[in-house]
Amino acid sequence: MCVIEARALSKRYGDKTAVDGLDFTVRPGMVTGFLGPNGSGKSTTMRLILGLDRPTGGSVTVNGRAYAEHPAPLAEVGALLEARSIHTGRSARNHLLALAATHRIGRRRVDEVLDLVGLSDVAGKRVGSFSLGMGQRLGIAAALLADPGTIILDEPVNGLDPEGVRWVRNLLKDLAAEGRTVFLSSHLMAEMAQTAEHVIVVGKGRLIADVETADLLAGAGGSVVVRSPESDELRRHLLGPEVTVTSLEPGLLRVRGVGLEQVGETARSNGLAIYELRQEQASLEDVFMSLTSDAVEYRAGSLDGRAA
Amino acid sequence: MSATTMTATAPGQARPRAVTVSPVSLPAVSRSEWIKFRTLRSSWIVLAATVVAVIGIGMLVSYFTNTHWSSMRPAERFRFNAVDRSLTGVNLAQLTIGVLGVLFVSGEYGTGMIRATLSAAPTRIPVLVAKAAVFAVVTFVSSIVATVVAFATGQGLLGPHGVGWGTPGAVRAVFGAALYLTVVGLLGVALGFLVRSTAGGIGALFGLLLVLPVIFAALPSSWNNTVGPYLPNNAGGALWNLRGNGFQLSPWVGFAVFCAWAAAGLILAAFLLRRRDA
Repeated sequence: MCVIEARALSKRYGDKTAVDGLDFTVRPGMVTGFLGPNGSGKSTTMRLILGLDRPTGGSVTVNGRAYAEHPAPLAEVGALLEARSIHTGRSARNHLLALAATHRIGRRRVDEVLDLVGLSDVAGKRVGSFSLGMGQRLGIAAALLADPGTIILDEPVNGLDPEGVRWVRNLLKDLAAEGRTVFLSSHLMAEMAQTAEHVIVVGKGRLIADVETADLLAGAGGSVVVRSPESDELRRHLLGPEVTVTSLEPGLLRVRGVGLEQVGETARSNGLAIYELRQEQASLEDVFMSLTSDAVEYRAGSLDGRAA
Repeated sequence: MSATTMTATAPGQARPRAVTVSPVSLPAVSRSEWIKFRTLRSSWIVLAATVVAVIGIGMLVSYFTNTHWSSMRPAERFRFNAVDRSLTGVNLAQLTIGVLGVLFVSGEYGTGMIRATLSAAPTRIPVLVAKAAVFAVVTFVSSIVATVVAFATGQGLLGPHGVGWGTPGAVRAVFGAALYLTVVGLLGVALGFLVRSTAGGIGALFGLLLVLPVIFAALPSSWNNTVGPYLPNNAGGALWNLRGNGFQLSPWVGFAVFCAWAAAGLILAAFLLRRRDA
């Protein structure tokens, strides 16, 4: 089983707590998102998984063992860290050859991953001349070098152009479909919504949610914005136990808890005019605000899911 | 675990493994470090500078000693040692090779490469051992070539004042200078791991080799005469400086003391490498 398991994982730097008692399990066969604002402990957690930093409390294992205890660690976990980990004076191919040598991986595999990430033509160029996106591709090539069962990527789409973003997204989905464990961090909710089936949300180093992405978005996500000259009456008809309506400005309402269609239908069946009706994608801040206030509910939800 | 290959089992649906991997071992990590060393242009530039410094300075100094012999004062002639004169360049070469040793490690910290390195060999100690071993071999091979050539050409350019390989201490000095440069390089590697920055590592290296002796020279002579011989470059110099300063340790004792400095640095570096966050 290619799983990552964190148990009461904590990391303090001096008196600053970066990771605070994290418990989570990342499972194979799907893309698991690791979501949180900048500075919420995502990168630290990934460094702890790889044994680059030592936890001050708790533990994290990959396939049942600490990363450093695997005889061939690159074949267990391939990682792309947020901070670049490539010497700029070396060519892309030589960088990969040096990493490959530690596990006695052949030159053919190096050329294979270079081809896979589309860097074959520039394999002999010094990495210092690479764009941010090319650097990310080389990092992904290094992560895939030993064909690991688990792949960890910290903000992989940073610096990629739209075509590159789509490429990474499809690559990760393919890797997960092959049965691998894919653990992917991002501070972009929209990115996660498109790639990850499951998300682990952290804030200030603490676990906030461990849920299916669909549930997260449905529960805390989008809202409907509706403009109507009869907004007060519309509000009365929309309100319900699961529905909240806030007034953004006179005649403009934000509705949470119901879909676009329901708002439209409610207006029509009550004979109310509508000038504007749109879905608003939840921003990360929105999700976070609702998550922190509903944190208990989400934890309960994920526990139910596990018991089933 | 088989020493040759292993095939990991895939989760869920059996995923065929496309790549054959071997467990991480010291020879494999050494090979990786050798690839890293030889694929950086700066390695070869600094190594070439070291060789050129040893040979070029030796030749220049030897040539001018010969041409200016008649104008040299008796005290200068008394201090003259033909073997030492041809190896004068080692004094500069120790700085370039030491800097290269620091760079071989600090370059990884500066660029973040160290994270990739330690992810591939997470027990960490093999990385330090392999780096030190690769660097020692590379340094000794280039240094011995440089000192042998510097001696041979230098003695030729000294003309009538030159000596042959049969001179007492000549072979020891020539090999000793190469050994000295090798250990300076290892001291640089240790400092690279300890300080983890190029500027700091080079500063510490120059401090140990150049500044420490100056500070002790300024102390009361009873102190300097007691402690001075044990300072890194004085102790190491005992092996290849035939002329000496009168307060030197015997050649191999001095070299052993110098090796102890480098060993202490490497052991402390290994300890901290295991302990510190990367």
